[in-house]
Amino acid sequence: MSALVLDGLTKRYGPVTAVHGASLRIPHGQFVCLLGPSGCGKTTLLRMIAGLEDPSGGRLVIDGRDITTAPAHTREFGMVFQSLALFPHLTAGENIAYPLRIRGVPKAEQRKRADELLELVRLPGVADRPVSKLSGGQRQRVAIARALALSPKLFLLDEPLSALDAKLREAMQIELKQLQQRLGITTIVVTHDQREAMTMADLVVVMSQGRIHQAAPPMEVYRQPADAFVADFIGMTNLLEGEVTAPGTAAVPGGTLHLPELPPTGRVLLSVRPEDVIVHPAGMDGPNRLTGTLSFMRDLGASVEFRIDVAGKEIVALSRPQDRPPVAPGGALAVEFPPAACVVLPPMAERPQ
Amino acid sequence: MIRRAPRGLAEHAPILFPALMLVVFFVIPFSLMIAVSVFRRVPGGFYEPDLVFANYERFLTAFFGGVMSFSLGLAALVAALSVGIAFPFTYRLVKLPRRAQIRWLVFLLSILSLSEVIIGFAWSTLLSRTAGITNLFVALGLMAEPQSLSPSFGALLAGLVYQAFPYTVLVLYPALARLDPYLEEAARTLGSSPLRAFFTVVVPALRNTIVATTIMVFVFALGSYLLPQLLGRPQHWTLSVLITDQAIYQSNMPFAAAMAVFLVLVSLALVGLALLAGRREETA
Repeated sequence: MSALVLDGLTKRYGPVTAVHGASLRIPHGQFVCLLGPSGCGKTTLLRMIAGLEDPSGGRLVIDGRDITTAPAHTREFGMVFQSLALFPHLTAGENIAYPLRIRGVPKAEQRKRADELLELVRLPGVADRPVSKLSGGQRQRVAIARALALSPKLFLLDEPLSALDAKLREAMQIELKQLQQRLGITTIVVTHDQREAMTMADLVVVMSQGRIHQAAPPMEVYRQPADAFVADFIGMTNLLEGEVTAPGTAAVPGGTLHLPELPPTGRVLLSVRPEDVIVHPAGMDGPNRLTGTLSFMRDLGASVEFRIDVAGKEIVALSRPQDRPPVAPGGALAVEFPPAACVVLPPMAERPQ
Repeated sequence: MIRRAPRGLAEHAPILFPALMLVVFFVIPFSLMIAVSVFRRVPGGFYEPDLVFANYERFLTAFFGGVMSFSLGLAALVAALSVGIAFPFTYRLVKLPRRAQIRWLVFLLSILSLSEVIIGFAWSTLLSRTAGITNLFVALGLMAEPQSLSPSFGALLAGLVYQAFPYTVLVLYPALARLDPYLEEAARTLGSSPLRAFFTVVVPALRNTIVATTIMVFVFALGSYLLPQLLGRPQHWTLSVLITDQAIYQSNMPFAAAMAVFLVLVSLALVGLALLAGRREETA
């Protein structure tokens, strides 16, 4: 059983609980993104895995071995810090060789391994340069190489790309993913950037207020969000509050929708992605259609975005330019919610706070 | 912003005031002292202008050589101990919550406000036989009877380190507060125990600060002339004590001046050597 298991990991700072009983099983070789807004506890969770914070409760098990209380330096995980934390008094090569030096590896071998790792992160020939003479992207690579120097069981990264400019960040996301695939190393990345998570992860762990809301592959998180927070945080969505009035029928502001997967009774919350909402000219009747007035429209080139006022609620829809109905802002429109695209979520009140 | 070198009197004006201060309060007095050091002493009187090197020749003896090396050794020991204690202390201090840090800094500043005389007498009382700390040890059953621990080399060392400690902390504080706290954590994730991370990452990363602080404390301790008399025996008197003695009690200004000039030159040379050693290590 080669996996990392988080069993109810909890971290409290006095009266504040930063992480509430996080439980997760990460199979070997997975690329995991801990995703959430700032202050959601994702960094604290990563630091507990690294051994830099002592959990207030719960267990951490890797390959069947309990490491909950093992000190950080005995865990043999590689970690890349947000500030990178490169040692300023050492050259790039010495930084990478630091963990080898600590273990008493001979100098020549240290040097050989540092050169190999620089090759791996595609930064050959800078081993003798002081880290202060490297660019942001180069430092990033040195930090990654240093964390990988001991071929760790677990590769941890805390917002590793946040200091880079947008273009370099995109390139590094792809490169990091390729590197991880090549090495087959279990990797956990903390990020607040959902695009970054979608690009790299096999498993996205969405967190908010110290709790894990959903842990699933990126497309599942997007298509089948577990609750309103996930639906809203990952991409754009329309959230419709409604009430089940008859089996398979829900009353929402502006009309009723017929959906097969509704609970038998009670309040429901529906999430519909803008690209799934179909816009029709007014007066064309059909199932699951609500009428509203167009309040705003913009042409984004590849798609057209509509903002439609339906009984006081703004609905966002994206459609292809060629499907655009002939209507000007202020005009009437019908919006269709295809049943397959409507995700039924637990109502707002049941959201864990 | 002006990036070219300043030209003309008007553009040099901002540095005139500090330059003037430096001349009036440092260059002129120091030149006077050099001049006095080659004057001839008039027994029973003061001195008269001359150009003799007898004053310098006089301390090329085993006695002054001994005092000089004792002074330098003592200053070096005080510097090493102060930095050795203050560095880990300050490293812990910067990790405390802000309020606790401020309390400690205020406490240290209040030690700074104590005069050398008060510090000296406080330590000699603390280490005395009649009212000193050994009475406490006797009460606790750790000692058979109270002892006098002062004057002694240990008492002198304790007093000097106590006096230098707040300065050392205050000089180290900014550099340690600015140090990336993740450096130590990174070292730990790379396999260093906390102690090892401290010695292989924190200390080397702040090497320049440590060298500069050590030099500062060294020079500071070299100038101490009161504590050696209060807490040390005559064999623990430093060159600064002898200078005071010659200048004030023996009225031998030329000899005192010659010793002072010598002390300044020797300490400058040592500071220069330390800086040179530091630079060489950096380029290596």
